[in-house]
Amino acid sequence: MPISANDVKWVEQPKLTLMEKLYVPAIVSGLGTTMRHMFKTMAGGGVTVSFPEERPVVPPYFKGVHRLNRDEQGRVKCVACYLCSTACPAHCIDIVAAPSPWSDREKYPETFVIDELRCIYCGMCEEACPVDAIELTTLFDLTGASRSEMMFDKEKLLSVYDQTKDTTDPIRTSRGKLGPCSELNEGIKYSNPNRENAQ
Amino acid sequence: MWELLTHPWVIRGIVALLVLLIVPGICAYLIFLERKIAAWTQDRIGPNRVGPWGLLQSIADGLKFLLKEQVIPTYVNKVLYMLAPGIGVGCALLAIAVVPFGPTSVNSADPHQWVIAPGVDIGILYVFAVGSLTVYAIILGGWASNNKYSFIGALRSSAQVISYEIPLGMSILGIILMVGSMNLEKIIDYQIHHGWFFLIQPLPFLIFFTSALAENNRMPFDLPETEQELVGGFHTEYSAMKFAMFFLGEYSHMITISLLCSVLFLGGWHFPGLTRVLEPGEFETWGGAIIKFLVLMTKMILFICVIMLIRWTIPRFRYDQLMGLAWKVLIPLSLGNLFFAMIVRHFGWSPWLLLPVSIILFLVPGAVSLWQQDREERLLKGKLAGV
Repeated sequence: MPISANDVKWVEQPKLTLMEKLYVPAIVSGLGTTMRHMFKTMAGGGVTVSFPEERPVVPPYFKGVHRLNRDEQGRVKCVACYLCSTACPAHCIDIVAAPSPWSDREKYPETFVIDELRCIYCGMCEEACPVDAIELTTLFDLTGASRSEMMFDKEKLLSVYDQTKDTTDPIRTSRGKLGPCSELNEGIKYSNPNRENAQ
Repeated sequence: MWELLTHPWVIRGIVALLVLLIVPGICAYLIFLERKIAAWTQDRIGPNRVGPWGLLQSIADGLKFLLKEQVIPTYVNKVLYMLAPGIGVGCALLAIAVVPFGPTSVNSADPHQWVIAPGVDIGILYVFAVGSLTVYAIILGGWASNNKYSFIGALRSSAQVISYEIPLGMSILGIILMVGSMNLEKIIDYQIHHGWFFLIQPLPFLIFFTSALAENNRMPFDLPETEQELVGGFHTEYSAMKFAMFFLGEYSHMITISLLCSVLFLGGWHFPGLTRVLEPGEFETWGGAIIKFLVLMTKMILFICVIMLIRWTIPRFRYDQLMGLAWKVLIPLSLGNLFFAMIVRHFGWSPWLLLPVSIILFLVPGAVSLWQQDREERLLKGKLAGV
C-alpha cells in the first residue's frame, strides 16, 4: 500500500548558527561536557565496581550456583522425580533414586550430582521441579582448581543451601514446606521396607 | 678540577643529560595520565592495580615493552625500519634543547637559565626545523614496513604535516615581528613588558595550537594511525620497544608543543603577582627560580590536559575536511593576521590593536560559511523548482 501524502512529513535539516559555524564555541561546550564527566567520576561518581574489593549487588532473579533446599526438618526436599534432569538441556544432572526413608514421600535421591562446568545456568531444572527442591542462587563467582571439584554432589549442594538460605531468596520459587505436588498426596503414607535401615 | 666541573659546557652537558633522562620518565607518566583522563571522561576508573593508585603502571608498561619479543617481519627494509623510531624520538628530544622549562632572562650572565641551550637566536626556527623532521619517522616507518596500512598512514601523515607546517609557522610570524627576535627568552621578556600574546593575538594562538595538534598527530588529527581503517597506521608492523619509541616521540613532542604554547602565548614563567620580574643587572635566586619553574610547569600541564581532553571530545576529521581546514581557513587567517601585524609594526602602533583584528578575523570564516550555507540552499531550491 503506498503511503498517502498526508502521512509524509518533510523535515528540514536544521541550519547551523554562527556560533556553530565558528566551531570553537562548539568545541568549548563539548569540552565542558567532557570535563563534567571527568570531575563527576573523579569525585567517585563512576559506574565501575572494583570486583574483588567491592561485590556487586546481584538482582534476585540472577541464575547462579544451584542449591538443594532442605525442608523444615532439615531433610533434603528432593523427591527424586527426575524432572530436573529430564528438563536439563545440558544433561548435567545425575540422580540416583532410592526408596525414601521417610513416610511423607516415596523416593529420595541417594546421590544427586550436578556438573557445574557443564551447566548452562538456564534455570530449567528449577522450573521443572514440582517440590521447589532445586534452586539457582545468586552466587556467581564459582571457581575450582580441577574438573572433579566442580562436580557438586548432594552434600555440597545442601551446604550451598545452608550457606545462602539467609542471604539470597530466589524470587522465582518459594521456600517452605514441600511443594504443591507433595501436598496433594498428604494423606498417602508410603511404605518402605528399608526405612528403618536408612534412618 | 672544580673549575673544569663548573665550566659552562660541562654544566650544559649535565643539564642536557638530566633533561634527556627526565623527559622519557615524564612521557611514561603522561601516558598514565592520558589513560586516567580517558577513563574518567568515560565514567570509568582507569589503571589502579599496579602500585598505589596504579602509579607503578607506567613502569610495568615500560618493563613489558623492554622484555617483549622484537618481531621484525622478513619483508621489511631493515635499515629504515630500525631507523624510523630512533628518528622519531631523537628529533622530538632535540627540539626540547632551546625550549625554556624554567626561569630565563635576557641577561646571559644570569646563572639561572633553565634551558639546555640558552641564548639561541634562531630558537623558535630551530624547534620547527627539528620538530618537523619527526614526520620522517612516520614516513620511513610506514614505507619500510612494506605494508599497505602502514603506507597509507605514512602518506596521509606526509600530506598532513606539510600542510600544517605552513599555518604553524605563519601564526607565530606576528609574534616574531612584534618582538623582533626568534629567541625564546626574548619573547618571554617582551610579554612581561607588553602583555601576554594570548591576549594580544588570540587568533594566532588558536591557529598555532590547532596546527601543533596536527603536527603531533594528536586527536582530532590522528589520521596517520586511525585504528578503524588502518589497523595501527604507520606503526602497524612495530612491536615491543620500537613501538614504544614512537609513543615516546609523540609524547615528547606533546611536551614540546605545550611548553612552546606556554612560552610563546602565555608568557612563559611569568605570572602577575607570583613571579618577580628582574631589574636589569639583577640575578635570579633559587627560591624565585623554583617558583618560576612551577608556574611554567603548571601552564604546560594545563595545555597537556586540554590536549588530552580534546582527544575525548571531538571526533576525527575526514581527510578532505582536514586539508580544507589547513588550506582554506588557517592559512588565509594567519596571512591576514600577519598583514595587520606588519601594519601595526610599521607604524609603531600599540600591539593591542591586534586584539580587535584577531576577533574580527575569527568571525570572518563563520560569516563566510553561513553565507555559503545560504547560497547552497538557494541553489538546491532552484534545482528542485527546476525539476
